[in-house]
Formats: sequence, structure tokens, C-alpha cells
Amino acid sequence: MLTWIALTALLLFSIATYMAARRRVVAAAAGKPTSLHSLPGYYGTYAALWVGVPAALLVLLFAMFGPRLEAGVLRTDPPAAVQALTAPQQDVFYNDARAIAHGGRPSETIYDGALKAALEEKAAQSQRMSRLIEYGSVGLAAILALAGAFVAYPRVAPQFRARNKVEGWIAGLFIACSVTAVLTTIGIVASLVWESWRFFQAVPIHEFLFGTEWNPQIAMRADQFAGAGAFGAVPLFVGTFLIMLIAMIVAAPIGLFSAIYLSEYASSLTRSVVKPLLEILAGVPTVVYGFFAALTVGPLFRSFFNWIGAQLVGGPLDALGQYLMQVQNQMALVAGAVMGIMLIPFVSSLSDDIINAVPQSLRDGSLAMGATRSETIKKVVLPAALPGIMAAMLLAVSRAIGETMIVTMAAGLQAKTTLNPLDTVTTVTVQIVTLLTGDQEFDSPKTLSAFGLGLTLFVVTLALNIVALRIVQKYREQYD
Amino acid sequence: MTDAAVPTSAQALRHTVEARLKKRHAQEMRFRLYGRLAIIVALSFLALLIGRIVHQGYSTFVDYRISVPVYLDPARIDAADPTGANYDMMVAEAVLDKLDEQDDEFGRKAGKVMSIMSNDLGFQLLDQVRADPSLIGKTVTVTGPLKSDAALYFKGDIQRATPQDLRKLDDQQLDWLDKLQASGAVSSGFNIGFLTRSDSTEPEQAGVLGAIVGSAMMLLVTALLAVPIGVLAATYLEEFAPKNRWTDLIEVNINNLAAVPSIVYGLLGLAVFINWLAVPRSSPLVGGLVLALMALPTVIIATRSALKAVPPSIREAALGVGASRTQTVFHHVLPLAMPGVMTGAILSLAHALGETAPLLMIGMVSFVPGVPEGLTGAATVLPVQVFIWENASERGFHERTAAAIMVLLVFMIVMNLAAILVRRRFERRW
Repeated sequence: MLTWIALTALLLFSIATYMAARRRVVAAAAGKPTSLHSLPGYYGTYAALWVGVPAALLVLLFAMFGPRLEAGVLRTDPPAAVQALTAPQQDVFYNDARAIAHGGRPSETIYDGALKAALEEKAAQSQRMSRLIEYGSVGLAAILALAGAFVAYPRVAPQFRARNKVEGWIAGLFIACSVTAVLTTIGIVASLVWESWRFFQAVPIHEFLFGTEWNPQIAMRADQFAGAGAFGAVPLFVGTFLIMLIAMIVAAPIGLFSAIYLSEYASSLTRSVVKPLLEILAGVPTVVYGFFAALTVGPLFRSFFNWIGAQLVGGPLDALGQYLMQVQNQMALVAGAVMGIMLIPFVSSLSDDIINAVPQSLRDGSLAMGATRSETIKKVVLPAALPGIMAAMLLAVSRAIGETMIVTMAAGLQAKTTLNPLDTVTTVTVQIVTLLTGDQEFDSPKTLSAFGLGLTLFVVTLALNIVALRIVQKYREQYD
Repeated sequence: MTDAAVPTSAQALRHTVEARLKKRHAQEMRFRLYGRLAIIVALSFLALLIGRIVHQGYSTFVDYRISVPVYLDPARIDAADPTGANYDMMVAEAVLDKLDEQDDEFGRKAGKVMSIMSNDLGFQLLDQVRADPSLIGKTVTVTGPLKSDAALYFKGDIQRATPQDLRKLDDQQLDWLDKLQASGAVSSGFNIGFLTRSDSTEPEQAGVLGAIVGSAMMLLVTALLAVPIGVLAATYLEEFAPKNRWTDLIEVNINNLAAVPSIVYGLLGLAVFINWLAVPRSSPLVGGLVLALMALPTVIIATRSALKAVPPSIREAALGVGASRTQTVFHHVLPLAMPGVMTGAILSLAHALGETAPLLMIGMVSFVPGVPEGLTGAATVLPVQVFIWENASERGFHERTAAAIMVLLVFMIVMNLAAILVRRRFERRW
């Protein structure tokens, strides 16, 4: 609340500074506007920026990091009764103290005696601290704003290069925005590597990458009985690969052929109808594909295979029939096929771009020699576009590996090392979702293993993308 | 005499060439057919997908309501504490009265009636009595939805032909429903409740309002962050940045970020925003932050191509009359590129609207039975609502899942149409 009041006050003060600086420089010009270096507004903006920006940044930083700072200070000097608690209990204790201080809802833990006293003391301390941080940040911001005014206002004079200075600020803003993209990457890499590193301390990395049993059950509490858990990710990799393979078998030919037809044969009318329709297919959210897979394709495929099985039972292929009778909804084929449908427009639009980039002169040359159009496509256009098409396929593979919702809704949870498309398999992304939804304890290898899987996923997709983008770039240069 | 001079070998050659030509043309036809087939297959998948969802979901938009006059017996309602009374029972008895049924001493029939009426009716009575205690002793008519199983019977999903123990409702309940409908107590109409209620554990009381509001709040955060930052970053890279190692690095970086799987952004959000910065879990704020980071690369890429399309002559003219580079960009280049920028921004926001996976990581899967209170309160969003309902076991939720998808698709179509309109209306060809 105080933060908002402070920001509003700051805004008003900045506007006032703008007006004052502008009026000052106009008065100084004494009726000769040409004596000014910049337009009057730039002088005002210059002063307002000095007043507003540093102070606002300070307030926002404190609003963002204040709670963390407060929580940190709270833990610096634990009373003896709290020291006796285990680490998770201490977490609960401090959370409760802060909840009491800020009018939140504490957990249902019962504290008595020394702990209760400590809780009240810490709650009071938390309240004092947060008030101190709040008022402190506002006070500091006021000082900064005034200092900014004292720096900027006296400089405002007709010969002052106000526009260049303002543009300097704008350049700073530009660079800050561009750096956000880099910071995102750093954030992704740092968080994945850091949490994975903690995971690899509990589970050796070779066991994770080459172990063949995945069963991440671990006791939530120390006194609970449970197995130690097995974190061999090979079954997940195999499952992911299997589903990706099925998806590519569906998407690659259909996507490629529709791209060829659209770019080489279709009339402009057909193109103008078909391309937007394919774009709709591309725009459908993946959760919708997941729903379609789980409630339409899954039961359909199962009853189809069960029917075939029923025909075979009792015949020479009795064993196969028995097996087909027991096929489940969650078979790899369902998730793979639906993912393939999802990838069709992706493959098609990328291939379309690449085929269109093949110079017309190559086609003309081939057609002039008497080749038919299909011969031209097969012998001239496709070989010329091959590297680009390979890159498109790699991007599609990377998409398939990272796709989450379809497999979460339509594939199973059982980690099996199999290449049988009628079996249920699980994938890396399914496991990440299962491990991280619901309540988790952030120290158990079970939760941390999700970050290990995430890191693997990130590295693989990144490698695929880099290779694909390299190929596309090289190939583009070839014809430019 | 030339005819006679044609050697037989030439004729043979002609024959072979013609035969081969025929084969080649057949091959051509086949190849073209493959292309057509591919497109037909792709489009029929689209038709199947949409058709199936509409088929499963349209029935949600019809609901069946029942109106019953209920006598608020003063002997059973304590005026001082109206909450304690069993209103569901009173409703059930009122319905039994209407059906001319006598209940047995165990109240079995009332129990059976309760499982075809929504408990919303009881809540309505409670609310009315609370608001106006003078109603006690009078007869009040309440109108509310039937339980979803009963509605499924009217919709034809539960059929009499099915053996009794395989369906949720027994023969007696079906008879009652038929009788109620014949007496005019049951009416059907457009299910406005689906759009004005939020999530609930009872299918007939569940709606998408909370999810729509949550989605809107989250998209607002995403738009406010991703669009300005993305546009400024793209402008810098396209118009100002010197070509050196750093800007190359940023560029490669952005291209790769655009292809990072969305679930990785969820992991980032969990580790950085929730665990490190202590942003509240499952709030629109944290969802918007994660989706903003995800949408940023696409906004940047779209803005850059829009800026590239502005001809250099515009820049030269502005610089020629003495504008600075910043003025050139902000006064001339960016306004001219705006249609392309807006199209790209709307499309990437539409994509963010449909995104689910990263939101599961940041705790959006919780049950939120109301409209979110603010940017930091617990919320759910449309695609996640679809995911939650899809996992529910009641059959009534299946049609609601499909209906929620229809609502989601309507929003996406509206956004895409807006993008197309902006492009059509404002695009300039140079």
C-alpha cells in the first residue's frame, strides 16, 4: 500500500519537475526559442528522468526483495527452542511467524511453552522489520528523488544538450530490454544447473543417465517406510524417443507432401484456403490435443485393437490375439499419433518456406529439359531443399521431445523400456509434471530429479535447435 | 519416299518413348495425388478434432432446471440459526409431494431424490431465509439445476435400455424424472450458469467464469511485460545495435529461446520466481511473468521483421531533415511498423493463452472455487481448467471439458481474427 502511495507521489513530483524545468528553460530563452539547443520538452524530460527513475527503481527493488531480506534477517538469531527443531520444522516455524505478522493464515502446528514465546517474539520482529524496510525504502527513495532534482535542475540552461542526454537514457532502456532475453537464458541455465547439481549429489550422474530403473519413490518423512527410489532415466528416454518416432512417422510424410503440393501444384485459391486452415491446426492449444487423444483417439484405438485381437483369438495367431485384447488406452501409439497431427502444420509451414526459397531458375531449367513437374520436384527441388528440410525435421523432433500436455494426458506413468508402440510408456516431460504438481518438499531427490530431467531436455532440444538453425542459415546464404 | 526411309528402329524408339511417357505421366499423377491426399488427411484431422469437441461439448450449453414450491416449516428451521436446517431434505420432500410418493421411515426415497437434484436448491433456500427470516412458515418456489446425471438422462447419455446396475440412476429415478418433465416442473434452456459460475466439485454447478477472469488477468500481466520489452529490444537490435560479438550473441540467444520447450519455462518460474523471489504460487502474477518470458522471443522476432519491412528511404528522409536517430525511430519507423508489431504481439498472446504445461509447474492446478481476488491470489486459467476437468471422474465433467475447450477456442479465434483484421486494415505495401 505504502509502495503505491510512494510511487504515485513520485510520479506527481516528476511531472512537477518536468513543468518547472521546461518553464525555466523557456524563460531563460527570453522569447528567442532558436537559442535553445533542444526542444523545451527535452529539458523537462531530462529533469523528470533524474527525479523519477532512480527512486522508482529503488522502491521496486525493495518491494521485490524486501520479503526475502526480512525472512533472512528473521533467521539470523534463532532462540534456543527453535534451534532444537529440525530444518523443515524451522521452515514451518518461520513461515508461521511471518504469517502471524502479516495477517496471513499460519499452519495448524501447535506451539507451546518456549516455542510459543519465540513465535510471538519472531512475529513481532518480522512486523518491525517489514515496517522498517517499507519506510526505509520510501525514505531513501525520497532522498534519491530530491538528489536527482538537485543534480538535474541547475543544469537546465539553453545551451545544455538536453536531447542527447535524454537519448542516452533511452539507449540505456533499450539495452536493458535486450539484455532481458539474455537474462532469461541465464536464469534457465542457472536454475536448471543449480537444482540438478543438488540432485546429482544425491544420485550420481551416471546412474541417472544410464540407469535402467525409474521409480522415484522416496520417504516424505524420515520415519516413513519407503524404498530408496531408483533414478535411472533410460526408460524415460526410450519412451520419449518412441513417441517422438511415431509422431514423426505421422507428421513427416503428411507435412512434407502437403508443403510440396501447396508450393508446387496448388492454385493461389487453394493456397489461400488451405494455409489458414493449417494455421488453425497449428494454433489449437496442446491441451486440446491432449483431450482429443485421451477421450477420442485412445478409446478408438483400443477398441480397434481389441476387435482385431478378438478375431485372432483361437486361430494360428492366438498369442497375438490375447495380447491385443489387453491393449490399454494409454498406449504409446495414441500419444504419438496425436502428437504427429499436431506437428503436421509445423513441418508443412517450415518445409513450405524452404521449398519456396529454392530459386525458380532451377525449376525452369529442369522443366525446359522436358522433365515433368514431379520429376523436377524429385530430382531438382527436393535435393536442393534437402538440408533445409532436414533442419525442419530436426526442429519438429525438438518440438516433439519437449511437448508436454499430449503425453501427460494420453500417455501412461509406467516407466518401461520398450519399443512396442502398443505398450504404455512414459516420457521425460510427463515425469517432470508428475514430480512437480501438488505439494512438494524441495529438498528430496524426488523433486530435484525433475530438474535433472529438465536439464537433459533443455540440452537435447538446444543442441537440435542449434544444429537446425545452423543448417538453415548456411543453406539460406547459398542462394542469397 | 521419306516414309519408307524411316528405319524400323526409330519407330521402335518412338514406341518406347511413348510407353515411357505414359508411365512418366502416370507417375506425375500419382505424385500429385499424394500431395492432395496429404492435405485432405491434414484437413480431415482438423475437422475431426473440432467436430468431436463440438459434438462432446455442445450439450453443456443446454441445462435442465427444476422448480419446486417448498414449504419452509417453522418447526424445522430455527429462525435464530437458519444454517442448521436440512434444506436439501425439505426440497426432496417437496419433490416427493409433487410426485405423489410416500416416503418410507428411513427416508430412502428422499435420498434418491437428492441424488437427482443439485444441492444448489438447498443453498438457495438458505440464502433466501438468511436474507429474509420472515419467509419461514411460507412457501417459496426455488429453481435450480438437476444433478448432472439426471441432465445426462434428458440429453440421452444415460439410457433406459442400459441394465439398471450399469447406470447411475435406477428405474424409479428415471420414472420420476419423466413424471416431473411431464408435469412441467422441469424446464430446459441455455445454460447461462456455465458462463457465470466458477469451478465446483459438482459438475452441474461448475462454470468457467473464474478461469476466464484468471486467464484475462494473466494475459494482462504477460502483455504489459512482453510487448513493451519485446518491442524495445527488437528496435534496439534492428535499428541501433552495432554489429559485434555481443549483439550476435543476443540474436542467437533469442532464436534459441523461441524453441525452448515451454515446460522448461515452468521450471524456471518455479526455481526463480517462486522459490527465490517468493512470488505467490498459483497467482496470475507468476503465471503472467512466466508466459511473458516465453512470449518475449516471438514478440521480438515479429517486431524485427515488421521493422525490416519499413523501407530505408523513410529513415533517410527523417535523418535528412535533421531528426536524430531516436526521433527517426520513434516518430517514423515504429509507427509505420506498428500494424506488423501488433499482429505479432496478438498472435503470441493467443499462443500464451493456450499454454498449459509451464503453469502446471507453478501450482496452477489447484482447485479454485471462485473468481480470483487479485494478481497475487490463487487463480486458475482456461487451459488448466480443461486439464483439471479432464482428470475428473464424473461423466458430467467430460462434456464440460469439451465446452470449456469451445470457450477457449472462441477466445483464440477472436484473437486471431483481430490479428488478421489489424493486418488487413493497416498494412502498407511499399
